[in-house]
Amino acid sequence: MHELPFVESILKITLEHAEKAGAQRVVALNLVIGQMSSIVDDSVQFYWDLLSQGTIAEGARLNFHRVPAVYRCWDCGHTYTLDGEHLACPQCGSVRVQLVQGDEFRLESIDIE
Amino acid sequence: MPRKVPVVENIFKANDQLAQANRSLLDANRTFAINFMASPGAGKTTTIVRTIHALKDRYRLAGIDGDIATTLDADRIAATGIPAVQINTGGTCHLDAVMVHNALPQIDLPQTDVLIIENVGNLICPANFPLGVHLNVLIASVPEGDDKPYKYPTMYRGVQALLLNKMDLLPYFDFDVDYFRRGVEALNPGLAFFPISAKTGEGFEAWIAWLVARIEAYLQPASE
Repeated sequence: MHELPFVESILKITLEHAEKAGAQRVVALNLVIGQMSSIVDDSVQFYWDLLSQGTIAEGARLNFHRVPAVYRCWDCGHTYTLDGEHLACPQCGSVRVQLVQGDEFRLESIDIE
Repeated sequence: MPRKVPVVENIFKANDQLAQANRSLLDANRTFAINFMASPGAGKTTTIVRTIHALKDRYRLAGIDGDIATTLDADRIAATGIPAVQINTGGTCHLDAVMVHNALPQIDLPQTDVLIIENVGNLICPANFPLGVHLNVLIASVPEGDDKPYKYPTMYRGVQALLLNKMDLLPYFDFDVDYFRRGVEALNPGLAFFPISAKTGEGFEAWIAWLVARIEAYLQPASE
């Protein structure tokens, strides 16, 4: 929901790394976003289009790599991806489960020229 | 031909780093910090005021209150006799670690055992912005309905204690406490659960006893 300040962060990180790498242009960003992270791709795109104007990252393509939520069951150790909204362990039915992947939001890499 | 530059930076990092800094500052001063969250109107401030009255003869307390407008809540907390600081977020729908970081210098931390932070009334956004506290508490209330754990999983997963307030209104609402508790158990097994009424005081003994045990464990840890 707070994609605006997050995109400000993404732009700042992008320009820092691009400058360090001697880039003239940033062509693409590779974002890794977990299923449970509450980040909406369209909002990220919207704010990116606005904020990147006038920078060397203007027009860079955003590649969204969505990562599924993975849970581990405390009771039987089974790990599984979320099926719909049913949180319970598909192996033993326990609801004592832990999210081990799926709430990340990171800039994995940028493609520069 | 474009070349790939690895970055691998966590976008949530800015807030998380400040939350760590807040936590370090609190620990350096041995101040136990609590973040109270809830929907608007759940009874956060009333619950906090009653909690303060139960604690203030035993501990040195201070409060930080977050709202988008007015000092109404900070004033109510200050009326209990403890120092209170109001953060007006300027429209932002939650407190974040930066705001708390900027407010902490206004609190006399070396003279404070327990810092109570009242978040902005909001069941969604505060859950995504850790503040660096020792205890996150959610105050739900009977009039809000018993399906909220199912609808707001991030919030219900992110707290260590859950107070169900306005139990005095249970006869007037179709609120199935078992259904509610099942939803909570599914998201957060073993979460400490306290049905209360901040208005009548019902259930407060258990809540305060649990809280005092947590505070004591922090302030006076068992020696190695």
